[in-house]
Amino acid sequence: MNFETTIGLEVHIELKTKSKMYSPSPVSYGAEPNTQTNMIDWGYPGVLPSVNRGAYELGLMVALALHAEITPFTHFDRKNYFYPDNPKAYQITQSETPLARNGYIEIEVDGKKKRIGIEELHIEEDAGKNTHADDGYSYVDLNRQGTPLIEIVSKPDMETPEEAYQYLEQLKQIVQFTGASDVKMEEGSMRVDSNLSVAPIGADKYGVKSEIKNLNSFNHVRSALAFEQKRHVAAYLSGNQIRPETRRWDEPGKRTILMRVKEGADDYRYFPEPDLPPVRVSDAWIKEVEAKLPENPKQRRARYVGEWGLPEYDAGVLTNTKEMSDFFEEVVADGADAKQASNYLMGDVSGYLNAQHLELKDIALTPAHLAKMIALLADGTISSKIAKKVIVQIIKNDVDPEEWVRAKGLVQESDPAVLTPIITGILDANQQSIDDFHAGKDRAVGFLVGQIMKQTHGQANPKVVNQILNAELAKR
Amino acid sequence: MISKEQVAHVAELARLQFSDEELQQFTGQLDEILNMVDQLSEVDTEGVPVTTQSVLLENVMRADEATMVTPRAELMKNVPTEKDGLIQVPAIIDKEDD
Repeated sequence: MNFETTIGLEVHIELKTKSKMYSPSPVSYGAEPNTQTNMIDWGYPGVLPSVNRGAYELGLMVALALHAEITPFTHFDRKNYFYPDNPKAYQITQSETPLARNGYIEIEVDGKKKRIGIEELHIEEDAGKNTHADDGYSYVDLNRQGTPLIEIVSKPDMETPEEAYQYLEQLKQIVQFTGASDVKMEEGSMRVDSNLSVAPIGADKYGVKSEIKNLNSFNHVRSALAFEQKRHVAAYLSGNQIRPETRRWDEPGKRTILMRVKEGADDYRYFPEPDLPPVRVSDAWIKEVEAKLPENPKQRRARYVGEWGLPEYDAGVLTNTKEMSDFFEEVVADGADAKQASNYLMGDVSGYLNAQHLELKDIALTPAHLAKMIALLADGTISSKIAKKVIVQIIKNDVDPEEWVRAKGLVQESDPAVLTPIITGILDANQQSIDDFHAGKDRAVGFLVGQIMKQTHGQANPKVVNQILNAELAKR
Repeated sequence: MISKEQVAHVAELARLQFSDEELQQFTGQLDEILNMVDQLSEVDTEGVPVTTQSVLLENVMRADEATMVTPRAELMKNVPTEKDGLIQVPAIIDKEDD
């Protein structure tokens, strides 16, 4: 029997704001517990929440970047639940009228393009953080309570774990380039829940789905979905029922583990939030947000290829992250040749970052220093061989490349007045090579250049050396 | 008519525990309240647009500025037990956290 798999993803993304979604307390990380909240977050009697316009606008940006239709008139809803991570006992979300609907993301798997639909995007608030101690109690820090979130719900359009992986990669990239979020799984600013079901091909309805929560990386999402796919198929073939379950990924064991069986629908007793007036999004506001929307990765790639003449491959690698793309653009803005900048960033710099597991922001390299090094290379001050040493230096230390090469005596000798006497001296001492050269033996030139380099400790500018050497040889 | 099971369910969702006697009593009281509210359905709302609010305001929003923190010491006055600035609660075992 053959089966088809259906996958849908729910992604929560923290919006990058200064204050909370419904209260003016700060959003900040690593602060002392319970010091970044206020009585509105705690749901004190008589307090009045208010909508953070900046957060709503970031939500609109993400929606536009995902080609979604903005809902012109929305209200907020209360989702009631009793849990210590939220002292209000309800989450303010958008259940009936989400911020936007019907977006899409384009993915490519094995050279085939596919459009994955986005059902809806809605604004909501994060909960506090619970720590489970071994003393029989749990401990709650409410600093995160109320942090603005956007939840992006895909359509069940994905059929393989790889498609889900590509969807997440694209989603992360698109959101990152809007600047609306850091979208970092490891820091919790992007969280993924996956739903998967399997049914025999041609079945008229979906199979029973299982949900996988607490996935820490895109790789885990892909592995967990692949595992679930096999588990569902095996259950079908052995005549067992798949139950609606919530499961989690056990990375060491490479399997999913049951968290709980879902019994009945969750009972959140949604109702319209009475404390917040509705939001009307005018066309003028949408236009304003559109105007602020930064270039997306696709647009940047087109510009790198079209205006700066980079190969498609380079443009793809450089726009993998906004951080790299922004850095590259600054190097070019500082006067560097785009291809040279691309070569060093994709080669030496990325090599170093990967080997050390670092990001650009963790190293000393600045766009100005890289641009200056490329300028030194272009004007012949240093050779490409020396540049290999300089790049390591400016990656690790905040040093001016020009000052460093001068201090280390690594500047290339390009002055013909200095090089000519050295070259003529070597020619005088090697008549045999001159004869060989005139006899058509090209190897003789290589030997002579080698002698010149040796005498100048490798600092002679090869281009200038070749010019002088050819001129001198022609005379003899 | 609201049933005793429905009242028990709502109590469960709110983590409230009642004796059978209390449940019986609240079921009767809630039923009366619901009947009173139900009188609203007698109003003719033909042609009246659906609304989610009563104040007829829209777009009441604030700028994204962090301007208000309630001191922890103040908030902790309402916390039965705290430890190192954290709120101590009974062990949570029924839900995994991120």
